[in-house]
Amino acid sequence: MNMTLTNNFRARLLLPFTGEGGPTKWGRMRALEKTVPNGPASVAHSRDTFSREREKGRAFRMFAAAAVFLSAPAHAFTAYVGNEKGNTITVIDTDKLEAVKTVKVGRRPRGIELSKDNSELYVCAGDDDTIQVLDTKTLKITGNLPSGPDPELMILSPDGRTVFVSNENDNLVTMIDAKTKRQIGDVPVGVEPEGMAVSPDGRILVNTSETTNMAHLIDTQTKQIIANVLVDARPRFAAFKPDASELWVSSEIGGTVAVIDPKSHAVTQKIRFEIPGLSKEAIQPIGISFTNDGKRAFVALGPANRVAVIDTATKKIEKYLLVGQRVWHLAFTPDEKYLLTANGVSNDVSVIDVASLKVVKSIPVGAFPWGIAVATK
Amino acid sequence: MIKRCVIGASIAALLSILPAAAEPLRVKFGVLRQQHSSETLSILDLPAEDDTLAGALIGVADNNTTGRFTGQSYEAIDAKLASGEDAVAAAQKLVDEGAIAIIADLPADDLLHVADALKSRDALLFNVSATDDRLREDDCRANVVHVAPTRSMLTDGLAQYLVWKQWRRWLLVKGSHPRDELLAAAYRASAKKFGAKIVDERVYVDTEGGRRSDSGSVQTQRLIPPLTQGAPAYDVLIAADESEVFGNYLPYRTWDPRPVAGSAGLAPMSWDAAHEQWGAAQLQNRFRKEFRRGMNARDHQAWVAARMIGEAATRASSADPKELAAFLTGPDFSIAAFKGVRLSVRPWNRQLRQPILLSDGRMTVSVSPQEGFLHQTSELDTLGVDKPETKCRLK
Repeated sequence: MNMTLTNNFRARLLLPFTGEGGPTKWGRMRALEKTVPNGPASVAHSRDTFSREREKGRAFRMFAAAAVFLSAPAHAFTAYVGNEKGNTITVIDTDKLEAVKTVKVGRRPRGIELSKDNSELYVCAGDDDTIQVLDTKTLKITGNLPSGPDPELMILSPDGRTVFVSNENDNLVTMIDAKTKRQIGDVPVGVEPEGMAVSPDGRILVNTSETTNMAHLIDTQTKQIIANVLVDARPRFAAFKPDASELWVSSEIGGTVAVIDPKSHAVTQKIRFEIPGLSKEAIQPIGISFTNDGKRAFVALGPANRVAVIDTATKKIEKYLLVGQRVWHLAFTPDEKYLLTANGVSNDVSVIDVASLKVVKSIPVGAFPWGIAVATK
Repeated sequence: MIKRCVIGASIAALLSILPAAAEPLRVKFGVLRQQHSSETLSILDLPAEDDTLAGALIGVADNNTTGRFTGQSYEAIDAKLASGEDAVAAAQKLVDEGAIAIIADLPADDLLHVADALKSRDALLFNVSATDDRLREDDCRANVVHVAPTRSMLTDGLAQYLVWKQWRRWLLVKGSHPRDELLAAAYRASAKKFGAKIVDERVYVDTEGGRRSDSGSVQTQRLIPPLTQGAPAYDVLIAADESEVFGNYLPYRTWDPRPVAGSAGLAPMSWDAAHEQWGAAQLQNRFRKEFRRGMNARDHQAWVAARMIGEAATRASSADPKELAAFLTGPDFSIAAFKGVRLSVRPWNRQLRQPILLSDGRMTVSVSPQEGFLHQTSELDTLGVDKPETKCRLK
């Protein structure tokens, strides 16, 4: 069987899966992939054959996934996953917990957000230097937002009127009117801006700059920087606690999450992670998601292949959940039944059951999933 | 004559859009660099006029962008040595001009002379080019931080990958110069450390003369097959040619059809102009936009050194070399350098821990440490001489 393929199992894992819009260079390899009798889904599930712990996790997940189907179905929501290397968006039905559609978009889609009424999907297509707008009904590209070069992450103001974008290549945060799709301002920040957050009242915009190692707090009215808070190396993501009492910033290379008081602009605490058997270099916090009640935070730990569950009152880590490889960003379903994680290297989305804190399924998506957003209805 | 100019002040002025309220902390450092040989085998490797300096200047610009928020300004003073010029005098002059640190692109002996001469002065040295293990072992100095990897880190990085590939039988071809032998010795040690076997060793004797001629490849094509003929069965040929005499002649010309690694083919390095993972594309773009060429390993090491100075000055809110050194070698220091993980300093010999890229000059093929090579404190310490074996006693 499959004489044309390498017997090196790991090398086989790196082959793109059938049906995804990867770079055309991969076309021939994809054709060969069809000769694999087991099909792409089984390949995605059987990654990490070298970790015994992982094996147990997988067995459990298969069992738990079966259990989920037996229990009452959740409301069907739609999740959108940007596949950085596949140049596609995978659409997931959160009731069936499977991919239902793949849409071709611009090059290197990373940051992904929905308009407040869920009618439009915004996708940062970094290598095309633009943000594409998709109609969520037709999944057709209807236009662009005029971001600066290499947009990476964005966030909408709470009223949905303004899109704030970080432009990695020219050290700017760009502000765009979502309705007129015109730029309404920009703010110079540190080197390689990335993470974006906005306070619940819409007054403070936060941007993190990866090489300057700062969180820049920007007044959205005056478009002026009001504070620069030094954090650990390569800050990539920022999020306000829902009650606005804290601002959390993850530092990928520093390996910490800084808790900042948005009033005094001081770092009040640093959350560190320790996982037995993993070197500290492998623990690289990225995406942060708070539950609506603000009691728990979930932090994606990148190549540590885990999501940390944190009690926000004590800042203690309750649990590490084993997910797919190189986990980037996270998104809750609106009912908070599930938390979905985009796993960059294993080409899948892990589904965390929030009530039981168990990983219940992994859904194969396109090549190198990065950003993730879930429609609220 | 030292070609000398003050650079960075203008960049600082351009970037200081938001003037800080307090009197800015001014941080000045020198870039002391040698003239690198233009006797390279490939014309693509000819050193640029601003070799090493260019990387430091990108670091200055990055530091100044941060500095406009912290009230700090950075400036680099370039000192390029002419052939035969005294490195010690040039270093003294840089410190006289207020440099608190010197990014040094110098051969090992010159670096030691400078380190010893500056012992009584407040200035920290950053070695960004000498790979000699002895500088971190018997000849280690407390006032030198080594950003460049050692030969043993480079050869261990390659060895781990070859062992992972199950290419364990190596044919070693080394040059006839002393530093080629140092590199060959590093490969022998790496083979022993990771369970590879050197099945045979050959020497390519440097007969001197020019590197290129209009007759081109005709002779080389006939020369290399007999050099590699009659070898015991091997998986990969390892070239130890630091002097750039023959390495790039080997690929596609060996008697047996075997891949080449080391000084040609798959080469271990700290940085390559083709590297773009982990956001490196952004640094490569900044560099190419400014200097219209690719960023080489020396440029990158100088950039890392400039960023280390910036990080330390920012975190310690100080420009005192003693405080900077304490911070850089302390437990809280780590720096992002677009190599996937944080880099930190080995406190016992002040060597920067770092992944080693394996590149064919067009692509990053792999990055070591490889998965499965474990270590009790940091997997990066599987590369090079580790703490239990060190002969360094910092003075």
